[in-house]
Amino acid sequence: MLTLKCPYCGVQAEETELHAGGEAHLTRFGPDSSDDDFETYLFTRENPKGVHFERWRHSHGCGKWFHAARCTMTLEVFGTYPAQTTEPPQDIRDAITAKRPGWTWREFS
Amino acid sequence: MSEPVSALRRARYAGFVTVEEAGLQGMVQIRGDLSSDAFTSAVSDAAGVPMPGLREASLDGRNGLLWMSPDELMLLCPYPEADRAMARLQATLSDTHHLALNVSDARAMFTLQGNGVRDVLAKLAPVDMAPDAFRPGMLRRTRLAQVAAAFWLRSDTQAEVICFRSVAPYMMELLSTAARPGSAVGLHGG
Ligand SMILES: [Zn+2]
Repeated sequence: MLTLKCPYCGVQAEETELHAGGEAHLTRFGPDSSDDDFETYLFTRENPKGVHFERWRHSHGCGKWFHAARCTMTLEVFGTYPAQTTEPPQDIRDAITAKRPGWTWREFS
Repeated sequence: MSEPVSALRRARYAGFVTVEEAGLQGMVQIRGDLSSDAFTSAVSDAAGVPMPGLREASLDGRNGLLWMSPDELMLLCPYPEADRAMARLQATLSDTHHLALNVSDARAMFTLQGNGVRDVLAKLAPVDMAPDAFRPGMLRRTRLAQVAAAFWLRSDTQAEVICFRSVAPYMMELLSTAARPGSAVGLHGG
């Protein structure tokens, strides 16, 4: 059972109270973007065995979207953080580095 | 003018906990900036109770304020007073961004009474109901089995649950089944 702490209401929410929202930190491309950018935005996703960044919504709680950093192999959660950011905050990166030295994910490390 | 009726007209079930649909209850859903003093003092004035903290229920009899999310509160009041409370709020906040909606007829409320209220809620919600983890005055917005709900404790033997009116019959059956005599788990007393 996956348990994530909602950074907005502080609840340790287990998975059934949450809704998975796919990969985090995507740059969105819409009308007027190039076909390549739009295709990459729409279809190209990370599928790591290990460190991963995701969006989740506390759907049966406060209703807010947030981010989670976790390990897809062990389900270990490195931390959760608010949605108002385009990249993982430093404290989250440090927490991951402490457990998975040398990790990389897209352009982040 | 038609006569307002609550979802289940005070349906009642006596198990090891007594479950009752609470009848008509005024509820005003409010959204705004909870860090704004102008907003919070207007809401508190309209409700007649102090502002609740994070995941708290601030209650005084039938009046109250529930912390629903970082930008949302639920005002509780006697049913006939909901429109007045909302009008008072809107008058005070005419220059402050906010949303207020009388949802009294779109929600249902249930009361649970008995030593086993923690057991009944723990059967249905993914919430730690241990006495030192969930205390009277705290509020939890979550799910009960398959439907969204919020609940709080008035005391260690009295809980209140709110949900969408459309799922009130489901909620009544759910709570009643969880409160069936002989089905007490005894994990939290009772
Ligand atoms: Zn939350």
